[in-house]
Amino acid sequence: MTPEQVKQIVIDIINEIAPDEDTSNLKAEVNLRDQMDLDSMDFLDIVMELRKQHGIEVPEEDYPQLASLDSCADYLTPKFNA
Amino acid sequence: MHSSRIVITGVGLTSPNGNSLQEFRQNLLEGIANIQMIDIRYMGDVPAGVCNFDAKKYQSRKELRVGTRAGSIAIYSSREAIASSQLDLDSIDKSRMGVYLGTTEHGNVETENEVYNISKFDYDTRYWTHHHNPRTVANNPAGEVTINMGITGPHYTIGAACAAGNAGIIQATQMLRLGEIDYALAGGVSESIQTFGIFAGFKSQGALAKHEDPNMASRPFDIDRNGIVVAEGGCVYVLERLEDALNRNAPIIAEIIGYCMNSDASDYVLPNPERQAQCMKKAIESAGLNPKDIDLISTHATSTPQGDIQECKAIQEVFSESENTYVNNTKGFIGHAMGAAGALELAGNLPSFEDNTIHPTINVENLDEQCAVKNLVINKPITIDSVDVILNNSFGMLGINSALVLKKYNPSSN
Repeated sequence: MTPEQVKQIVIDIINEIAPDEDTSNLKAEVNLRDQMDLDSMDFLDIVMELRKQHGIEVPEEDYPQLASLDSCADYLTPKFNA
Repeated sequence: MHSSRIVITGVGLTSPNGNSLQEFRQNLLEGIANIQMIDIRYMGDVPAGVCNFDAKKYQSRKELRVGTRAGSIAIYSSREAIASSQLDLDSIDKSRMGVYLGTTEHGNVETENEVYNISKFDYDTRYWTHHHNPRTVANNPAGEVTINMGITGPHYTIGAACAAGNAGIIQATQMLRLGEIDYALAGGVSESIQTFGIFAGFKSQGALAKHEDPNMASRPFDIDRNGIVVAEGGCVYVLERLEDALNRNAPIIAEIIGYCMNSDASDYVLPNPERQAQCMKKAIESAGLNPKDIDLISTHATSTPQGDIQECKAIQEVFSESENTYVNNTKGFIGHAMGAAGALELAGNLPSFEDNTIHPTINVENLDEQCAVKNLVINKPITIDSVDVILNNSFGMLGINSALVLKKYNPSSN
């Protein structure tokens, strides 16, 4: 799986958990919370959907790795390819 | 303190047969029920009262995903109530508004659905949602209203089984009289059809209605009634002190002039007509009236074989000498809206203060003799000289009784 595909997976999850947000022009390097109205519960939802849909575990100490699409791709791509 | 007169200045509701007071009332006058068969997990088709309001009118899609159905019903009803009261929320001190919503139960729906969800993951609790606790705290429906509307005064739900709608209104009345708040959003909500447990529980009790035509399933006072049709719904009122309502030229819909709540202290499920009678009498006394002064009794009767008879016994005792007290019931139209029932059923009758018409109880093909109370309005509405005082009954499990007395607002009686 490529980093771009992983980013798309994260965007798909955000579309499900925050359906009012426009994700069409997200900047990959900018913090997601600076571009959208996401709260801590939403990040827990992202973690839950990664677990449910893809069997990916994100331990609590790694939550900061999900800050932007780029950091998501850096952190999650090896997990998807493991 | 107690001398404060408390008035209703707004009504918002959603019921299976109407999403505004006007639509609801119209259907009650025209005899139009709306009960449908729904597929309940593990049980199959069961008759139920389902609401079809536009939840997105007042909530974002994210709010709807995170919150509860009870919260959504509460928000819709509260926002509609504020609109009908002509109160400009942005111009008032929102720390002086309280939200008091009655619920029969809360959290069953969310917990059951979550247990079902983790059953798909071999009961691994890592898949249990972090939304579970905020969704299931008992104050959830009222709390969602405060978040949605930016209300910073007190909020809580009143757990009072199926007496809860009245209980919410009574709580608000007391808080206004105490001077704790200046405005209240009060009433009741039900999301009970979203869980199999409520239906299965009534079925095990032998108290779940069945009929091949769902619109005939709920039939209080009919000899062939066989149980409750569970419904969802909500009804919220704006309440305020009369002087405040007059100062802002608010539309005054009715005045709350008396109430009583008491307990049977006798059984978990079976009602107690002696205590119900006591509750009605005390409510009427607290209004400074006699039973003869009541023009209309909105009954609680839920279409169970025994419960309907018990309430009728209580009414016959209290109103034995009242020749002009009329009696009706709403559950044939919408089923039993549980925590919302008391508030919704009252709302459907409030327009009688304007049109002096009393909507009927429907689906009575053969009246049970034991339910043949005087002046029971059956199957078609009637118009009388004047409807000035309504008694609204609402009773629930564990023997919780409530009765509310409302009067047509008369500007010349200031």
